[in-house]
Amino acid sequence: MSGAGTFLGMPAFPHNAAAAVQDSQLRFNLRKATHTIRGKRAAVVGELPDWAELRRAGKEIKDHTLRHLDRYLLQLEEAVTAAGGHVHWASDAKEANRIVADLVKATGETSVVKVKSMATQEIGLNEALQEEGITAYETDLAELIVQLGDDWPSHILVPAIHRNRAEIREIFQEKMAEWGRAAPEELTDEPRALAEAARLHLRERFLSTKVAVSGANFMIAETGTLVVLESEGNGRMCLTLPETLISVVGVEKLLPTWRDLEVFLQLLPRSSTGERMNPYTSTWTGATEGQEFHLVLLDNGRTDVLADEVGRQALRCIRCSACLNVCPVYERAGGHAYGSVYPGPIGAILTPQLRGTASAIDASLPYASSLCGACFEACPVAIDIPEVLVHLRGKVRHARAERLGMRAAGWIFDRPSRLARVQRLGGRLRRFVPGRLPGPLSAWTDTREIPDIPAESFRDWWNRTDGGAR
Amino acid sequence: MRVALFITCVNDTLFPGTGQAVVTLLRRLGCDVEFPQAQTCCGQMHVNTGYPEEGRRLAGHFVDVFAGYDAVVAPSGSCAAMVREQYPRLARTTPARTAAPAGLLTGGSAPATAERDDSFARRVAETVPKVHDLSEFLVDVLGVTDVGAYFPHRVTYHPTCHSLRGLHLGDRPTRLLREVRGLELVPLPGAEECCGFGGTFAVKNPAVSAAMCADKVHNVASTGAEVLCAADNSCLMHIGGTLRRQRTGVRIMHLAEILASTEAAR
Repeated sequence: MSGAGTFLGMPAFPHNAAAAVQDSQLRFNLRKATHTIRGKRAAVVGELPDWAELRRAGKEIKDHTLRHLDRYLLQLEEAVTAAGGHVHWASDAKEANRIVADLVKATGETSVVKVKSMATQEIGLNEALQEEGITAYETDLAELIVQLGDDWPSHILVPAIHRNRAEIREIFQEKMAEWGRAAPEELTDEPRALAEAARLHLRERFLSTKVAVSGANFMIAETGTLVVLESEGNGRMCLTLPETLISVVGVEKLLPTWRDLEVFLQLLPRSSTGERMNPYTSTWTGATEGQEFHLVLLDNGRTDVLADEVGRQALRCIRCSACLNVCPVYERAGGHAYGSVYPGPIGAILTPQLRGTASAIDASLPYASSLCGACFEACPVAIDIPEVLVHLRGKVRHARAERLGMRAAGWIFDRPSRLARVQRLGGRLRRFVPGRLPGPLSAWTDTREIPDIPAESFRDWWNRTDGGAR
Repeated sequence: MRVALFITCVNDTLFPGTGQAVVTLLRRLGCDVEFPQAQTCCGQMHVNTGYPEEGRRLAGHFVDVFAGYDAVVAPSGSCAAMVREQYPRLARTTPARTAAPAGLLTGGSAPATAERDDSFARRVAETVPKVHDLSEFLVDVLGVTDVGAYFPHRVTYHPTCHSLRGLHLGDRPTRLLREVRGLELVPLPGAEECCGFGGTFAVKNPAVSAAMCADKVHNVASTGAEVLCAADNSCLMHIGGTLRRQRTGVRIMHLAEILASTEAAR
């Protein structure tokens, strides 16, 4: 894979998005997929009379856990250890990758199967393992498509959302043989045929691999249990067949008690796939007989996010991707434009907090939104994404020209007399305003006419006519 | 009722006709309207672009100007939402060291700022509940949906994002439009999708903004409406600019202008 999970050194969002907007195939694929999931989600959310209460419960359980994260993490560690598992603490990506690579090497194996996991993508685990001579095989269908296509994931839940079935057929035919069992010669682009080709290819892999790497959707502090929700059954295969299981999980994925899971098993499937319940829910606690279990608890910037009073709500995220599916910007720009494993509205607030805003892409992400608010409305744990976007915009470094422009505008708005003078000047010069504006303002006139500038402002009209009385 | 008009800087400067329509309409409904001359801008552009200090100062100015009125009416869902949603947030997050901010460029040119900003949070709490979008004021405060308007045209309504999700205006604007004599209201496909304006978003992300607007314009054209109506002139400016560039012939009109039209005025 070509650096998936790292995405670093990407140009800023507007540049990436402008290229994506030109790709009509991509826009068609995205529109069709997001609108389909959007409709399904709305239907299953609408049938729950207590959705608002569930959403509030989800928010409050997460907020409570985050407030006492230190305490619950120690409780989790104790419970996992008591159940025969091993807990490792990783402060950043490098440390986490090191831990996993060493654990794999200790088994003497050179390949691992993987359950789809955002955390391992975030730290670039596959690439790090490759440098150590270990091959990581993705087993989620969409992740397999991305891996075979030497591509980047572009959606949290449906990483290959940007591909249609004709493209997938081509990828399977060209690349499957390099990675294991080849695709059948007469492969059609029927979904059933594509799924069957992937199933046969993966079956061989599951039965021959002794180490698995997973993430988790939730961790239960009181019992030390990890939980994975999935659709295909590949996750269950990875979690049960191998002799060694290594789970890499962000510290924010914690829930205090088993009972709390009830709320999230309702919120997550409905928000993500638009289903009442996902087909497979697997839970595991510590090590089972004949299996070794390691849990790598990943910080990688999360405690810094926790320190920000406004920004910390991003850690409530349960990675359902409802915000992506309703976002008009994501729909046009596609997931790759965000330059992060977390695309869409949640990526626009999570990534710059986890990575900082030093790079061009990270500084542009808080602006990758029209602040329309559809994401906040759809979020099952009520993350006020527009609020965090505005908050982050206040923290990034602004271009000098913009700073001067904003200061000038602020100076004019500081005194009504100044505003009135500028309005009168505009009214007098209105015939000289060109149809195409220069500089950064040309972005406006490339596709839009500027409005006619009136001869008289409301203010002057009010004063001349005494509020219309004369 | 002593009603202060918050005309907003965009309407004041670029769309004075909307302000005039608000005056005509509210007078017709028996309101005693005033235009506080000291008003300028609510600070939305500054706050949303990442300049919270400037925004906080403009917010301070706003609450000074409007604190004494029974009701404040704004013909803009976006600016009303700014005041209602973001002002309490700005008051809550006012850092102690900037409790008395200096002038923007001049360093302390604004007199009595220290005194004013001490009471910022209190004035926000007092003023914010009195700020209404026009349709909210008509339906909730005055209790009218039939404002005696006449407008014999085919109209489609775009519920701008901040009207929809910031203020939760719901069906208030369309209830008002349905009572207008002669008006045929046609539904807009994909009405709840953002038009792509988003303030400085339209300039910072022009490609995505234009793509969003192209879809909106396509939907507007598909209705066969002569007029596109909304409660926000900035979104209308964006959509209208594209409608004109594409020579669709569809006109844009603010809700206030339609509600102010009468048979007698023709």
